[in-house]
Amino acid sequence: MTQILQYLVMPLVHIVVALAAILTFIALNGLILVYVERKVAGFIQRRPGPYEVGPQGLLQPLADALKLMAKQLVMPRGADSILFWAAPLLSFTPVAICLMPIPFGPNLTGWNVNLGILLVLAFSGLNVLALCLAGWSSNNKYSLLGAARAVAQSVAYEIPLLLSVLCIAFTTGSLNFADVTASQSHGLFSWNIFVQPLAFLIFFIAALAETNRAPFDLPEAESELTAGFHTEYSGMGFGLFFLAEYSYMIVVSAVGSVLFLGGWNGPFLSGHWWMLGKIYALILVMMWFRWTYPRVRFDQLLNICWKWLIPLSLMNLLGTALIINLVR
Amino acid sequence: MTTIRKTLNGLWSLIVGLKVTGKEFCKPWLTVHYPRQEVNNLNTYRGHIELVSLSDDPGKPKCVVCRRCEEICPSDCIRIEMHTPEESHLPDRPLMLISGVPLAGSVAKDPLCEGDKLLRVLDGFYLNYNMCSLCGLCVQNCPVSSLTFSQEVYLAGQKRSDFEFDLLQRLQEDAYKPIKSYH
Repeated sequence: MTQILQYLVMPLVHIVVALAAILTFIALNGLILVYVERKVAGFIQRRPGPYEVGPQGLLQPLADALKLMAKQLVMPRGADSILFWAAPLLSFTPVAICLMPIPFGPNLTGWNVNLGILLVLAFSGLNVLALCLAGWSSNNKYSLLGAARAVAQSVAYEIPLLLSVLCIAFTTGSLNFADVTASQSHGLFSWNIFVQPLAFLIFFIAALAETNRAPFDLPEAESELTAGFHTEYSGMGFGLFFLAEYSYMIVVSAVGSVLFLGGWNGPFLSGHWWMLGKIYALILVMMWFRWTYPRVRFDQLLNICWKWLIPLSLMNLLGTALIINLVR
Repeated sequence: MTTIRKTLNGLWSLIVGLKVTGKEFCKPWLTVHYPRQEVNNLNTYRGHIELVSLSDDPGKPKCVVCRRCEEICPSDCIRIEMHTPEESHLPDRPLMLISGVPLAGSVAKDPLCEGDKLLRVLDGFYLNYNMCSLCGLCVQNCPVSSLTFSQEVYLAGQKRSDFEFDLLQRLQEDAYKPIKSYH
């Protein structure tokens, strides 16, 4: 009886609590990031941004969320109803799992797994499938074009992403996030961004492309494709895609800060504050990029990946492997 | 080699771009936060046209009813109603601002040589602001500067008839009201 409690019930309770906490974090985070994104856009364009709802416009994201929830869900004629409604769910659900193995603090890990990096990479790949289904089932040419772009882009950029992550796995010798964090606990210059600067650069560019953020937001390029894969979605269908996009920003920033920026390591403050600070710093940089760079053309997008990022990351990986072998 | 140099230049331009937007981020707002702030140059606003009154009588327009504005308006949005004490000879008699010189555009078969001005009385100056494109030709061509742009920024209406004005009536109404302030 005690054994059942120990090996079956307790881990289950642990996972359920962790999932609930992560979903709360994601929802809160969606609200915060919507506000921050619009404020950043406003300030960069020298205007106040949202201002009217609540003090300093703080309640604006709540108003937006209410509007999305209250809107009617419309499905276009001729659309595949099952796939059409499955796509936003499929886009959003893997996010919770992606955040499970990430150590947010010394004792704040949802689920400490040995192959955490692999888990995140595998489940974040599901998002492409969701975008593809959304575009295909919408029965709309813009959606379909957006989906085609999303697939081509994600497939291409997953390679440099994986290769740059692999460099860290090589130097650390582990696919566990906790081990990677522990290996960077010897001061600022033990952080992997100083050990593997090129890998960080490639990781960050590929992460921007994987999350469909500007300047790589071709799947939803509004000037060409109205809204790309989510053209036909209204109300919470669109809301879930939106939430998923912001949550994936959190995922890639969290992974980026654990792999390259020392995770929760930092002086004075307790670990989770450092982790949160690093995540939001990366997200702010992503927003800064969005409001600075124009969208690239599709052939340029693929050229950057196949002609620059993949060869560079391959060279970086080979160099890393060589040095590790020589040192040993 | 040139490819690498080009790429490095391109990468540097990305950083320059970030610097530009980063600086803009820190600067104060440029937009005017309307209900709380207002611009202070409303006097440069060019609204619909308005009649200018005589300096000694605020209820009477400077207008001499030459009807140039009505004729020149490309949108046909001005309509003038008038009468003259000598109605029988109206089409044959030219309008003279300076005695002896008939105005261009006024019909002059038999110019009056006595040097008297032809007296015309303005009964109504109707502006259909729905059609107006604010080109300003009427203001430019008024020989006595009787037309000007109003500064009515907050003009709004729900019906077409809300933008059909009798400017003469407006002038007379405004003359006995306290001066409007748009600031």
